[in-house]
Amino acid sequence: MSLISKKTLITEFVFQYLKCSGIRLLLTVAALAFVSETGALAQDTEFLQKRGEYLARASDCAACHSVPGHARFAGGVPFSLPFGTIFSSNITPDRDHGTGRYTEAQFGRALREGIRADGAPLYPAMPYPSYARMTDEDIHALYVYFTTDVQASAETPPASTISWPFSMRWPLRIWQAAFAPSPERAIKSTARFADDPDMARGAYLVEGPGHCGACHTPRAITLQEKALTAAESSLFLSGGGAVDGWTPTSLRGENRTGLGRWSEKDIVGFLRNGRVAHGSAFGGMSGAVGHGTQYLSDKDLYSIARFLKSLPAADRDQTPWVYDRTEALALRNGDISARGARVYVDRCAACHRTDGTAYPTTFPPLAGNPVVMNPAPDSLVRIVIAGSTVPAMRSSPSSFVMPGFGGTMTDQQVADVVSFIRASWGNNADPVTATEVARLRKEQMKTAPETPYPLN
Amino acid sequence: MATITRRSVDVVIVGGGWAGSIMAKELTEAGQRVVMLERGGERSTAADGAYPGSLDELEGNYRFKIFQKLQKTTVTIRNNISQTALPYRQLAAFLPGEGVGGAGLHWSGVHLRIAPDDLTLRSTVISKYGKSFIPEGMNLQDYGVTYAELEPFFDKAEKVFGTSGEAYTVNGKVVGNGNVFAPDRSDHFPLPPLKDVTGAHLFRKAAAEAGYHPYAIPAANASRQYTNPYGAQMGPCNFCGYCSGYACYMYSKASPNVNILPVLRRNKLFEIRPNSTVLHVTLDSTKTRATGVTYLDEKGNEVIQSAELVILAAFQFNNVHLMLVSGIGKPYDPVAGTGVVGRNFVYQNISTTTAWLDPSVWTSQFIGTGGGGVAFDDFNSENFDHGPLGFIGGSPVWVNQAGVKAIAAAKAGGPPGTPRWGSAWKSGMIDTYKHAVRMDAHGSNMAYRDVFLDLDPTWKDAFGRPLLRMTFDWKDNDIRMNRYVVGKIAAVTKAMGARQTHLGMKEFGQPFDTRFYQTTHLGGGAVMGSDPATSALNRYLQCWDVSNVFVIGSNAFPQGTGYNPTGMVAALAYWSAHHIRTTYLKNPGPLVPA
Repeated sequence: MSLISKKTLITEFVFQYLKCSGIRLLLTVAALAFVSETGALAQDTEFLQKRGEYLARASDCAACHSVPGHARFAGGVPFSLPFGTIFSSNITPDRDHGTGRYTEAQFGRALREGIRADGAPLYPAMPYPSYARMTDEDIHALYVYFTTDVQASAETPPASTISWPFSMRWPLRIWQAAFAPSPERAIKSTARFADDPDMARGAYLVEGPGHCGACHTPRAITLQEKALTAAESSLFLSGGGAVDGWTPTSLRGENRTGLGRWSEKDIVGFLRNGRVAHGSAFGGMSGAVGHGTQYLSDKDLYSIARFLKSLPAADRDQTPWVYDRTEALALRNGDISARGARVYVDRCAACHRTDGTAYPTTFPPLAGNPVVMNPAPDSLVRIVIAGSTVPAMRSSPSSFVMPGFGGTMTDQQVADVVSFIRASWGNNADPVTATEVARLRKEQMKTAPETPYPLN
Repeated sequence: MATITRRSVDVVIVGGGWAGSIMAKELTEAGQRVVMLERGGERSTAADGAYPGSLDELEGNYRFKIFQKLQKTTVTIRNNISQTALPYRQLAAFLPGEGVGGAGLHWSGVHLRIAPDDLTLRSTVISKYGKSFIPEGMNLQDYGVTYAELEPFFDKAEKVFGTSGEAYTVNGKVVGNGNVFAPDRSDHFPLPPLKDVTGAHLFRKAAAEAGYHPYAIPAANASRQYTNPYGAQMGPCNFCGYCSGYACYMYSKASPNVNILPVLRRNKLFEIRPNSTVLHVTLDSTKTRATGVTYLDEKGNEVIQSAELVILAAFQFNNVHLMLVSGIGKPYDPVAGTGVVGRNFVYQNISTTTAWLDPSVWTSQFIGTGGGGVAFDDFNSENFDHGPLGFIGGSPVWVNQAGVKAIAAAKAGGPPGTPRWGSAWKSGMIDTYKHAVRMDAHGSNMAYRDVFLDLDPTWKDAFGRPLLRMTFDWKDNDIRMNRYVVGKIAAVTKAMGARQTHLGMKEFGQPFDTRFYQTTHLGGGAVMGSDPATSALNRYLQCWDVSNVFVIGSNAFPQGTGYNPTGMVAALAYWSAHHIRTTYLKNPGPLVPA
C-alpha cells in the first residue's frame, strides 16, 4: 500500500468518523428534543391518568363494572330487575368487547347522558343523572385513564335475560327526557357555593361522581331519584329503598336514623377505614368504601363530610337518642324474659355485648346505630340471616366477618331478636314480624352470598 | 408431573406460622421479595370460626380439623436406641399444625418471656453448684444470647400479638402485681391482664397464703379490642374456651392469620403459596451455600424455587427433618457424640393436679381462655436453690383454665376411685366439672446424649423421604424435678380448702407414652449456641455450615423450658430478622466466624 493511499484512507476514515459523529450528534440532539417533548407529553398523560384513576375511584366505577376474579372493569355485574337480569358492560379499552372505539365525545355522552356510542340509551342503573354534573376536565381525565391506563380485556359479560317487550330500549329515551338532566343544566346546579370552595367540592363529589343519591335518595315509582341535589328538596339522601336487600340509611341530620350524631371526623374515618365508633360498613357500602372513598384525599373527604353535615334532617320529629340502661341491667342480672333477649344473649352478645355498645371499631355497636333504627328493618334482618363482612381497607387491613344465623334461627327467632335490638338501649324502632322476616329471607336467598371469605 | 422453575426471589420462607410470618414481615420491610411456602391450605376465621358451628369439640379436638394430617408424612418414635421406631399414625401426644398460620392458629395463647437463667443454664448451674452437679449424659448448654439482648424483641412481639398481662418491673421500677421472678421490661404489656376465672382467683389467694408469688399468666388472648403496630385489629376475649385447636371467632387470640398476614398480603413484595410441600433445600456443589428449595405444588408439580436466602420456619421437627434430608450440617451421632443436627431433642414435662372444692364453690370449668390464668414461678428455672435437691430444671405451677369442653370433661371423669361408667361416674364427672380446679406443673426437660432425632432407616413418607425418627424417654432428673414441684402444690390446695386433692406426678420408670396428649412443645434438634461442635445454628439462628440458611423455631432451644415456647420463638424470629436486616443483607456471609 502506498503512502498516499494510506493517507487517503486515514483522511477518509477521519472524515467518515466526523460525519458519523456529526450525524450521531444531530441524532442525539434530535432524540433529546423528542424525548423532552414526549417527556412532557408523557408527564401530562401520567398526570391525567392519575387524575382519571382518582376520579374513577371517586365515581366508584368498579362497583358495577368489576367482578372479583375477572379483569378490572370487564363488566358482568348482574342487576336483577323484575323482568330479568341485565349485566354491566365491559368498559376496558378493548376495541371489540369494550369501549375502545369510543371517541371522547361519545365517552362523555355515555357518562353524562346515558347514551351509548351506537345511540342506544343506557339503563339508569348507570348513574348518568348524577354523572351529568361532571366537568369536561374530569371527563377528559377519565377518558385518558380508561383509554391509556386500563388493561384491555376481551371478556364479554353475559347477555341480558330481559325478553321482549321489556328488552326494547327506546322507552328509556322518554325516561331520560323526563328525568335525566342535561349536562349543561346539571353543571350549572353545582355552581351554588361560589364563595365556599370546600362546600362546592363536597357538593360536587356527593351529587356528581360520588352518586351517593343513587342508593341513599328515595326513588319514585318511575325509578328516578326524587331529588338529584340538596338544592332540590330535603328528600335528597334521606334514605333509599332496598338495594340487593340492603336499605341505605339517611345521610342527613336525623338524630336517630341519619348522621345527626356523627361528626365530620366520624364521616371521614368511616369513608377512609369503613369503621368508626358509630358503626362499620357492610352491604353495598363495603364496596363503596373499598374501591372508592378510601382512596380519596383527606381534603376531599372533609369536603364530603362538611357538605353532608350541612343537610338538615328530613324527618324533624326525632327525639335525640339517649342511652338507656334498662335492658343492659336486666341482662346483667340474668333476666332474659324480654322477647328476643335469650337469643340475643346466646347469639349476639359475645361481640355486641349485653349493653349493645359492642367493641368498636372491631365489632360495631347496636345501641344508637342509625342502621338499627332505620324504619325499614331489611338490612338488620339480612345481616342476622346471612351475616356480613367488614372489608379490609388500606389503612385498616383487618376484615371482620359476622356469621349468618339463618340456618339455625327460625323466622320468629329472627323477628324477636331484631325487634329486641331495635327497641333496646334507647333505640326506639318498630318491631319486626315473622312474616316480614320470611319475606326478607325469601328475597335474600335470591342474592348471591358474600364470597370469598377474607383470609384473616 | 412436570418440573417447573419459578423466577428467583430474594427470600424463600418454608412455613406459614408465626416464625415465617414474622420473618416475611421483617424482610419485606427491608425491601426483599419474599415467597412463603406453606404445605397446608389457606385458612379463614370466617370459615373455620363460623359461630356457633365452630364450637364443635368433636371436630376440633378429636377429629383435629386444623392439625396436621398424618397420611403423607409423620415421624417415627421409640423410647431408646435399642428399639425399632414405629410411625406416629394417630395424633395424641403432640399436635403439629398444618395450613396457613400453622401452630400459631391452633395454639392457646400463653405468651411468656424466657427466664434469663434458662438462657445461660449451663453457666449458671456450674457457677452455682459446680460442674459435677450436671448428671452424666446430660447435654446442658447455653443459648449464646442473653435476655438483655432479646428484650426489645420480646417487647416488639408482645405489641404485635396484643398480649394481656401485668408487669412487675418496667425499667427497673416496680409498677404492678406481676411476676416477681420475671425479668425487667422496657415497657408494659400492651393490654391489661385477663380477668381471673374463679379457679384462678382462688388459686391466686391460696398460693399467696402458702407463701408463693402468684401472677397473671401473660396471654395473647386480648383482654380488650386492640390494634397492633401493623394496624391489624383484634376483638376482645369472651372466655368461650375454644382456643386451643380452633380459629378464634372473636378474633381475640393472636395468630399470624389475624395479626400479621392481613398486612403482609397487601404487600406486593410478598407472595404466599399454600399447598406447597418443600421436599428439600437445594445446595450448590460446595454444600456451603443454598440455592433455593424444591417443593411440590398443589398439582403435584415439582417446583424449583431459587432464592438468595432460605428461611426454615416450619414446625420444630420439620425444620430438623429438612436439614437432615437436605444435607445441611453434620447429623448427630449419639454413639460417637459427634454431629449437631438432631442433637438435644427436648420436650416438656407436664402433669396435672386436681383439687375438688366445696360444692358451694362453682369453678365452672367450661369457662376459660387459652392463655389466661394465674401462675407462680417459685419453683421454676433457677428461682430456688437446687443444691440440696440434686436436680436441674423447674416448673411454673398454674391454673390455666382454658375451657374444659364436654367430651374432655367426660373423659376426665370424677375423683380417683370413681367408677368409669354408670351413675356414679356421671355424678363424679359433673362434680369435677362444676367444682374442681386443675393445676399444671409445666416443667422443663433437659437434653440427654441418647435422646435425639435422626432419619429413620426403614420408614419413608409419601414423597420418598426417610421419616424423621424420635428417640425419646423421660429421665430421672426430670421426674425428680416434677415430683418435687408437684409436692409443693399440696400447700396450695390445702389453703384452698380442697375436700380432696389428686397430685398428678410423673412416676419413675414410666416410659414416654405417645397415646396420651402431653404438650406440643417440642424443642431442640437444631439448637443455637456459640460452639459449632455442640450447636447447629449460631446465636442469630444462622446455620454454621450454610450461611444463607436461617432456621427459626423452638428447634433452637438447647433445653426444654418450663414455659410455653411461642413467646421465645417470636422473640428469636425478630432477633434473627433484625440481624439479617442490619448486618447480613449488607454483607451476606456468616454472622459469627465458625
